[in-house]
Amino acid sequence: MILAAIQTTQAIVIAGAFAVITAVGLYAGRWRKADLHDLDEWALGGRQFGGVLTWFLQGGSVYTTYSFVAVPALVFGAGAIGFFALPYLVITYLVAFLVVPRLWQLAHASGYVTPADFVRDRFKSRSLAAAVTLTGIVATMPYVALQVYGIEICMAQIGLPVQASLWTAFALLAIITYLAGLRSATLIAVVKDVLIWVTVVVAVIYVPLHLGGYGHAFSKVPASKLVLPGKLDGDYVTLAVGSGLALFLYPHTLTGALASKSRFVVQRNCIFLPVYTVMLGLLAILGYMAIAAGIHPSAHYGNNAAVPALLDKVFPPWFAGVGLASIAIGALVPAAMMAIAAANLFARNVWRELRPNTSPRRQTQVSKLASLVVKFGAVGFVLAAPTTYVVNFQLAAGVWILQTLPAVFVGVLWRKLPARAALAGWTVGIGYGTYLLVHAGFDSSSASFGIGSHHTELFIGVPALVANLLVTGGVALVLRLRGKETLQALATS
Amino acid sequence: MGQVEGEARSQRRRWALWLFVLPVAAIVYPPLYDRVHPTVGGVPFFVWYQLCVVVFGGIVTGVVYLLRGTERTVTG
Repeated sequence: MILAAIQTTQAIVIAGAFAVITAVGLYAGRWRKADLHDLDEWALGGRQFGGVLTWFLQGGSVYTTYSFVAVPALVFGAGAIGFFALPYLVITYLVAFLVVPRLWQLAHASGYVTPADFVRDRFKSRSLAAAVTLTGIVATMPYVALQVYGIEICMAQIGLPVQASLWTAFALLAIITYLAGLRSATLIAVVKDVLIWVTVVVAVIYVPLHLGGYGHAFSKVPASKLVLPGKLDGDYVTLAVGSGLALFLYPHTLTGALASKSRFVVQRNCIFLPVYTVMLGLLAILGYMAIAAGIHPSAHYGNNAAVPALLDKVFPPWFAGVGLASIAIGALVPAAMMAIAAANLFARNVWRELRPNTSPRRQTQVSKLASLVVKFGAVGFVLAAPTTYVVNFQLAAGVWILQTLPAVFVGVLWRKLPARAALAGWTVGIGYGTYLLVHAGFDSSSASFGIGSHHTELFIGVPALVANLLVTGGVALVLRLRGKETLQALATS
Repeated sequence: MGQVEGEARSQRRRWALWLFVLPVAAIVYPPLYDRVHPTVGGVPFFVWYQLCVVVFGGIVTGVVYLLRGTERTVTG
C-alpha cells in the first residue's frame, strides 16, 4: 500500500544506512590498495579474498531481492510452493562444489574473468562464446531490474517519492562501483549482512510473539497453503533442480567465486553458504506470518510488498527502518555485482572481440562505463515498463541462462565435448524454451506436460535443458563417429 | 594454493562424491515430506524438514571436502 505521507523515522534510518554504505564503499577504493585500472583488481578485487570475505561476497551474489522479497511473496500469495527455494539452494551448492572449483583453477591459470572467456579459450569457438556472452547479458539485465524493483518497494512502503529515491540510490551505487569496483560490493556486503541478520533474527522471535506464537500464527494460515498440492510436485522439483543447475551459470555468481584466493575457499563456501539458506527459509516463513498478521496484497506491488508491509506493521518505526534498509541494501550488493559481471562480458567478449588491439587499461575503462549503462538502464526500465514485465523477464532469464549449461559446466567436466555440439544444443534449448514461454503467455515459467491422460506442471527451463542435452549429446556422438571413420579411412588409404 | 593443475590428485577418493546422492534423495520427491504434522513449535513439517535437509547438505559437503583432501593435504 502506498501511503500518502512520508514516514519520517523510517526514512531517516534508511538515509542513515545509505550514508554508511556510501562511506564504506568509498573507503573500499583505498582498502588493500592496488591499481584499479587493472581489470582483475577492479572487477575481481584482485582475486585475493579469503574464506570469510568470499562468504559475504558470495552471499551477496546468491541471496538477492529474489530471496528477500520474491520468495516470501510467493509463500504469502501461493503458499508452500515458495519453499522450492530450499531444495533449489541445496542442489545449487552440490553442483557448485562439483564444477566451480575446477572452473576457478582454469580461470586462475589462464586469467579468465567471465564464463565466456572460458568458453572462448576452451572451445576455440567465437560463435559459442558469442552465444554464452549474449545469454549472459540478456539474462543478467532483468535480474538487475528485479533488484531495482525490490528497492522501489521498500521506498514506496514508507511513502518516499519512488523516482527520486531510486535515482539517488543508483547514482550513489554507480559512483561507488565505478571508483572501487568489486571491493566496494564486498565491504558493503558485510554491512548488509549485519543488518539483514539482525532483522531476520529479531523478526523470527518478535513477529510470532506479536501474533501469539508460531502455533497460533500458523493456525491463521489457510491449510491449503501449508502443503503442496499434488499436481505441483513436478513443478516444485523441476523449479528446484532447474534453478539449482542455473545459479552458477549466471556471470555474477562466478564473479564472486573468482574473487577468492583459492579453489579450496570456493569449496569451503559450498559448506558454509547454506547458513544463508536457513536465513532464507526463516524469511519465507515471514510470508506465512504476513498472512497471519492480516497483511493485504498491495494495490501497486501485489504480493511482493508482503514482507516490507509486515515489517512496517509489527515493528516500531526505527526498527522497521532497519529492516527495510537491509532489504534495500541487500538489493544493492547483487545489483553492483551483476552490473560488473555484465559489463565484463561486454568489455571482454564483445568489445575486445571486435577490437583485438584494446589495451587492458582500455578494457577496464570500457567495463567501468558499461557498468554505469547497466545500472541506469535497469532503473529506467523499471520506471518505464509495467512491473509485471520485470518479474516475467526474470523468469524467462532463468530459462535462458540454463541453456548455457553444456557449454560451461559440461565444458568444464568433459574435455572432449565439441563446440558444434554445445552450440547446436544451445540453439535448440533457447528456441524450445522461448517457444514454451511464449506459449505460456510469457507470464509464467511453468507449463503443462504429459503423456496420454497424465499431465503435470513443469518448470519450462528443465524440458528445454533436456532437449538441449539430447541434441548436444547426439551431435557429439555423430561428430565422434564421423571422426573415427575419417581416421579409419586415413589408415586404410 | 598452488599452480599445479592437479588432474591426478583431484581424482582422490572419487567415490566420496556419491555421498551427494543423500541430500538430493531427501528432497527430490516432495510427497515424502509434503505434510503439516508433526509440527515443531508450530512450524509445519514441510518447512522444518527442508530446513534440516539444508543443514544436512552442508554437512555432507563438509564430509566430502575432508575426504577428498583439503588445502593442507592436497597441494594442487
